[in-house]
Amino acid sequence: MTGAWANVRAIAKRELTGYFDSPVAYVFIVIYLLLAGFFTFTFGAFFDRGEASLGAFFMWMPWLFLFLVPAVGMRLWSEERRSGTIELLLTFPVTPWQAILGKFLASWLFIGIALALTFPVWLTVNWLGDPDNGVIFAGYVGSFLLAGTYLAVSCLTSAITRNQVVSFILSVVLCLGLVLVGFPPVTDILARFSAPQVVEAVAAFSVLTHFDGFQKGVIDSRNLVFFLSVIGFALFVTGVILRGHRAG
Amino acid sequence: MIQVENLTKAFGPKTAVDRVSFTVERGEVLGFLGPNGAGKSTTMRMITGYIPPSAGRAAVCGFDVVEQPIEAKRRIGYLPESAPSYPEMTVESFLGFAAEMRGLHGADRKKAVHRVVETCFLDSVLHQSIDTLSKGFRHRTCLAQALIHDPEVLIMDEPTDGLDPNQKHEVRTLIKRMGETKAIVFSTHILEEVEAACTRAIIIDRGAIVANGTPEELKSRSERAGAVLMTVRSPSATAVADALGKLAGVKRCEVLSEEPSRCAIRVYPDPARADGAFTAHVTDEVLERWTIEQLRTEEGRLDDVFRALTRPDTARAADTRVVNTQGTATQVTA
Repeated sequence: MTGAWANVRAIAKRELTGYFDSPVAYVFIVIYLLLAGFFTFTFGAFFDRGEASLGAFFMWMPWLFLFLVPAVGMRLWSEERRSGTIELLLTFPVTPWQAILGKFLASWLFIGIALALTFPVWLTVNWLGDPDNGVIFAGYVGSFLLAGTYLAVSCLTSAITRNQVVSFILSVVLCLGLVLVGFPPVTDILARFSAPQVVEAVAAFSVLTHFDGFQKGVIDSRNLVFFLSVIGFALFVTGVILRGHRAG
Repeated sequence: MIQVENLTKAFGPKTAVDRVSFTVERGEVLGFLGPNGAGKSTTMRMITGYIPPSAGRAAVCGFDVVEQPIEAKRRIGYLPESAPSYPEMTVESFLGFAAEMRGLHGADRKKAVHRVVETCFLDSVLHQSIDTLSKGFRHRTCLAQALIHDPEVLIMDEPTDGLDPNQKHEVRTLIKRMGETKAIVFSTHILEEVEAACTRAIIIDRGAIVANGTPEELKSRSERAGAVLMTVRSPSATAVADALGKLAGVKRCEVLSEEPSRCAIRVYPDPARADGAFTAHVTDEVLERWTIEQLRTEEGRLDDVFRALTRPDTARAADTRVVNTQGTATQVTA
């Protein structure tokens, strides 16, 4: 078991170093921070709210991550397949699961680092007022899980194709689906011609529905289970796809 | 060390590898020959556990690559075709990563990296990122990765592809040296490589093995093996050729060049009637009437054998093959 973990860690370490060895990491972090600030202070009307909270900041996460996270995840497996390094990786004495988990955790951690770098917003709100830091903490946990979910979907789409652009677009579309099924304008349309139970059942698959709890400061185990099971499922499908490619 | 039994791979309706069987022991260097698309890479990918076989089995050091993949992979060093590596990494960090994947940490890791850097002459580029390297260095970096854990079994898909003649020579010398203590399989379509580095060669065509033997054995199957090449002092080449053509055991004569007073002739032996004294018979016959200026017995050429065995429409020696009724599979019984 320790050997398995050492493999996952070695793969994750290589992957994470890879981000910082290329411009991807810096471009991503700078753009993420700029956009997060921009949305929070303009569309989020951070100051006009007159409250000491990061509501305006977290509100935009599902939309911001929708485009940025697939940009991080699109190359995970498509690049390995295009350059042939997947043959190297999978002929090392590691199981495919260790490789999938290692690569996924590295990119998740990378997004976690970007998320952590938004700390000036937290400092600002603490300096200006007296926010409930418990709620803010829950918001960060939710954002991290949300990013992980998008990332697992990107991981899956990147395993489908060697082409990073195709991988990116597929990933955005799938993630958008996960958002829209719970997006009020969409659920409202659905409610017009179907039973409330149906609407509720469909919305239960939305990341918005489950992210909502975190924004309110509640770390509900049901929401945790939702995000983690979507991640688990997407990674499982990634494994199936990769095995399919190898079997020919 | 390597056992391959009836290994088969089908991609949809196409059979890429068809019931291939062979074994490789420690101290053997097996050259895998065949035209492009013959199934060399697919076979190697199955042995290394990258793609699962459709049928048959492969085992490395007694571990089945499908049943116990981790144990098998631990013992294999693999250089994939086109030598892939992570371009953004430096040579040192890439080799360090490979060492970690092989369970080498701390001082062991450092030692292993140092050892392969020396073996593969990578000192000068150790801190350079791989995408800035020339093809030869990139290739050697990937080769170094395959050697990092000093594996018992080494599998290399076209290890000299894209290298310059000096580098090719270095790699061949390396293979030969390592072959004394390891079991090595490498694929190539350069025939001189087989003669230079292999103890045994397998020729594969359209997924099936068509020949398996030492380079000498394979060469002896060439039409030219045992042929007598001589320069005869005679006013007429035709007269010499006619005389020799009538001789028992001679398959045919080929006049290579003709000058007013001498000619060069190659006399092919008839393999069905070979008795070991072909050169003596031929020279006795010629010396009765003419003088021989130069004489040489040829040992056969691997590329003749290769072309005869892998070209579908030429006559192959009937005793070495069994063609099934569909004509899709060709297998050697010898």
